[in-house]
Amino acid sequence: MIHRFLPLLVTSAVLVVGFLLCAAQFPAFASLRVVGNLLTDNAFLGITAVGMTFVILSGGIDLSVGAVIGFTTVLLAVLIEQGGWHPFSAFAVALAVAGGFGAAMGAVIHVFQMPPFIVTLAGMFVARGLGFVLSTDSIPINHPLYAEMGDMALRFDGGGKLTLPALLMLGVVAAAVVCAHWTRFGANLYALGGNRQSAELMGVPVGRTTVAVYALSGLLAGLAGIVFSLYTGAGYSLAATGVELDTITAVVIGGTQLTGGYGYVIGTFIGVLIQGLIQTYITFDGSLSSWWTKIAIGVLLFVFILLQKGLLAVWTGRGGAPAEA
Amino acid sequence: MSRTWLISAAAAAALLIGLGGAQAADKKLVVGFSQIGSESGWRAAETKTAKAEAEKRGIDLKISDAQQKQENQIKAVRSFVAQGVDAIFIAPVVATGWDSVLKEAKEAKIPVVLLDRQIETRDPGLYMTAVTSDTVLEGRVAGEWLAKQTGGTCNVVELQGTVGSSPAINRKKGFDEVVAKTPGMKIVRTQSGDFTRAKGKEVMESFIKAENGGKSICAVYAHNDDMAVGAIQAIKEAGLKPGKDILVVSIDGVPDIFKAMADGEANATVELTPNMAGPAFDALVAFKTDGKAPPKWIQTESALFTPDTAKAEYERRKDAY
Repeated sequence: MIHRFLPLLVTSAVLVVGFLLCAAQFPAFASLRVVGNLLTDNAFLGITAVGMTFVILSGGIDLSVGAVIGFTTVLLAVLIEQGGWHPFSAFAVALAVAGGFGAAMGAVIHVFQMPPFIVTLAGMFVARGLGFVLSTDSIPINHPLYAEMGDMALRFDGGGKLTLPALLMLGVVAAAVVCAHWTRFGANLYALGGNRQSAELMGVPVGRTTVAVYALSGLLAGLAGIVFSLYTGAGYSLAATGVELDTITAVVIGGTQLTGGYGYVIGTFIGVLIQGLIQTYITFDGSLSSWWTKIAIGVLLFVFILLQKGLLAVWTGRGGAPAEA
Repeated sequence: MSRTWLISAAAAAALLIGLGGAQAADKKLVVGFSQIGSESGWRAAETKTAKAEAEKRGIDLKISDAQQKQENQIKAVRSFVAQGVDAIFIAPVVATGWDSVLKEAKEAKIPVVLLDRQIETRDPGLYMTAVTSDTVLEGRVAGEWLAKQTGGTCNVVELQGTVGSSPAINRKKGFDEVVAKTPGMKIVRTQSGDFTRAKGKEVMESFIKAENGGKSICAVYAHNDDMAVGAIQAIKEAGLKPGKDILVVSIDGVPDIFKAMADGEANATVELTPNMAGPAFDALVAFKTDGKAPPKWIQTESALFTPDTAKAEYERRKDAY
């Protein structure tokens, strides 16, 4: 029983030990403020990574998410600042566009039996390009509601606070855990990623599930775009470059298998926090080059892939694939 | 397994509380600096100078390189606030989107100083001061030198920076002010060389062809040194002597232009100093000791350099870049 959760346990242990080590070196680290910052600063990454977890669980990949975030921020800025829209209607349009974009990619992947890598790579270029067509400049969003939402937070002692983006991320993670483990859609995803053919034979609606999972990923990327625009108070077509790779990293560090069918949303969440933790540590230190963040994450990623490979070998050696919840 | 795990976690937590008490009485001023990245030689020099200036004053400087991403800069500023540094320096990568994180710094009563670039904000009270150069003044200084040098009679060709960029607009504006009040001076041709060496050379070649093989050109004014270095190449290839047949004046003060001046191929440069942190430290120390708030804008000096000091200046700078 324990081995099914082993990757998740290792990931959690890395986070806890890492945090304690940081706190031992910098006393200011062990504060609610740092924890609150970790959640707020990585909210857009966490929300996107949840969508990515679903896509990877289904055996696919979505490279377009970073570009969709960038596009969404510009779309919001243009609608609100130049179009005079109310932020809430702009949010609705942005979510619909991002979700529709994902659904379209899912449909192409399913109908033409194309590799998700290529389809979403094309999607990435299209979304990034569209952002630049809308505006090449960074557009500030000055709507009063934006400032208000930026200030909204649950405050704790010592400067710690849970901001709106952080709360949104926690909500998305909680909803995703429920969706993955206690709904038909979640069961279909695991089945599809485990073995597509047997899933089909079992009567899993492959087409519908594929379209739905990419639509969901697009929708969450759109939500991450909203969070990102709240975070910076601006729309910028170059925003969130490379975020697709950061999210894939978080998913893998979180213990989800890249080939699909096995993994946990909560692991991804911890993977996001580990990345944030490393970045925070490097800033606290202040003398290390920030590129060490990338090196540390690269090494961690490598170790986790080896771990997965090893566990997989153990499982197949025992003659059984990992059972799923 | 999970029980031993809990025990060790508790032990580690106890350890850290003990450590936390140990380090407290450190009076050294701590400053966090969120730098854009290291995209150009000038930027690297700015970081290097900031470190040296901090060391000189006994200030503990924590630098975070944002790799050109605003989200990394915001994260860094938040971490600095969480650390409880005494001040935060930001060289902002874009002008927008700083309000909420600056508000957080203000709530924590940590003064913020902007280096080298300004920001767009609804509330200028969010930062203490900005240390930047006056780019209009740079253009004016270059123009005044040229007017004096030529006795006020000169046909100038101008290599502009990237179209629409604020240094290009302002450096042109400052130079034009001098041209407007000097009747014998006029700009005969002007075009963008995109701040690059290659484009500077290309545009200068076309200027020379268009202006009678360069015979009617008295001087070239480039918005940065890199374009001037490109223009020097073009002048040489046209069989003319840069620095004599055609005077060369530019802005920035990078090592290569001092080398060109030492070789007699360029005539003047207006320095955009990479020492943005030095004045910021001074303002900060004054603020911390006497509570004296600095002016909202601290202009760095726009000093003019000519060939007579070029060799020494080159030696002094080549390591900083």
